[in-house]
Amino acid sequence: MENYLPILVFALVSVLFLVATLVAAKLFRMAGSGATNDDPYECGNPAVTLAHDNRFSIRYYLLAVLFVVFDVETVFLFPWAVMFDKLALFGFIEMVVFLVILIIGYVYAWNRGALTWA
Amino acid sequence: MLEALREAVGPTLFTYAVSPLFKILALIFLGVLPLIMYLVLAERKILGFMQVRLGPNRVGPWGILQPVADIAKLLVKEDVIPNKAVRWAFVLAPCLVVAPAFVILAVIPFGPSAEQSGGALDFFITDVNVGLLFVVAMATVGVYGIIIGGWASNSKFSLLGGLRSAAQMISYEIPQGFSLVIPLLMAGTMSLQGVVGAQFEQGRWFVFQFFPFGLIAFFIYFVAGVAESNRNPFDLPEAESELVAGFHTEYTGMRFALFFLGEYANMIVISALAVTLFLGGWLAPFPNVGWASFLDLQWIPFMTPGLAGLIWFSAKLFAFLFVYIWFRGTFPRYRFDQLMDLGWKWLIPLVLFTVFGVGIWKTLL
Repeated sequence: MENYLPILVFALVSVLFLVATLVAAKLFRMAGSGATNDDPYECGNPAVTLAHDNRFSIRYYLLAVLFVVFDVETVFLFPWAVMFDKLALFGFIEMVVFLVILIIGYVYAWNRGALTWA
Repeated sequence: MLEALREAVGPTLFTYAVSPLFKILALIFLGVLPLIMYLVLAERKILGFMQVRLGPNRVGPWGILQPVADIAKLLVKEDVIPNKAVRWAFVLAPCLVVAPAFVILAVIPFGPSAEQSGGALDFFITDVNVGLLFVVAMATVGVYGIIIGGWASNSKFSLLGGLRSAAQMISYEIPQGFSLVIPLLMAGTMSLQGVVGAQFEQGRWFVFQFFPFGLIAFFIYFVAGVAESNRNPFDLPEAESELVAGFHTEYTGMRFALFFLGEYANMIVISALAVTLFLGGWLAPFPNVGWASFLDLQWIPFMTPGLAGLIWFSAKLFAFLFVYIWFRGTFPRYRFDQLMDLGWKWLIPLVLFTVFGVGIWKTLL
């Protein structure tokens, strides 16, 4: 576990650095002019609606779901790759079965148009 | 003084927390931050020369004081938090981009360990046995910073930019994750120092191992890495002609500077990983090959093996950073549907093929 202690120290140093930068900026910066300056950017016009009241494409959600499926697969591949020499042929066949299932899902998603952005 | 400190905190804490602290401070304040400052200048200069103009040349000779002027300017800029923004998330977002990019540097080996070089210093902060997994986990956190920043601004341009950016980053994380499996298959360990060691034992950089599979994996890793760090030709999140500035449209002053810092820190991390996993890390070209032993630079006076490692690592890192800038000077931007097609329909099948290829090769031999 001792090997992880420097990572913790590093994280603390990074956080301190970020806090110090933001505090320094707070001390030096000029005052805001207020009023319309603080409105969300809308090419100079007063904003009619807020971004949070509007809708955006469902595709982003679909993409996120697909991502979770594939990313979990990747995490399973990592330990397999490290232990490849010990698992040998058996491990390789197991992984082929695992990946073929993934590929079936991938082909299905492709056929349903989930991968096409239009 | 160091001895007194050692007495005060005990040997374990001294070895693992206090003495790395000095290395961490040196790495951040003497290594990464100056590198990023001058990388920005180098980028503007190189782009200038590529476009047959001079680039910044007003602040100091050849513009070498430009980064100092930039920081001073960003420090005194008015700080705007839009009145409809979600304040805590707006403030948190840039920090979430910078911090993980920095923390990844803790596990990257910049040079040989004390045992390998026979010197007194380990040229890395720490070496954990799940190194690569840690890197992947930390790299994912950066996506949160970007999507939170885009959403919290409550501006339409920010929201669209943030969503696009998140979609792009998670799409390219899949081919990148798969391509990282290839060096793992070759090395049989997840410790980054171990991966470099394996390249030394096999006498070959992993790009050239299992030809052409190593090369394909390296290609996929770097393309996905460029997309991950939101750089040209994949800089859609900040496509200024359509989205103003994407997720950081509403950011000003120091907070904007932090997003900028995060982008460059990510470039350095991606390049450093590419060097470590595929191009032999701190090893000289042709490691472990007799006739090429002059490449370890030991014939230079006062050269130690540790220093030579650091020099080779930096040389490769700078080469990658130059390629980043070269891309920006050369390639036009992708359209969003083309970007998604490249990630999902080309890189994923290609990388699956590569994983199978290396697997079959290793099983048969």
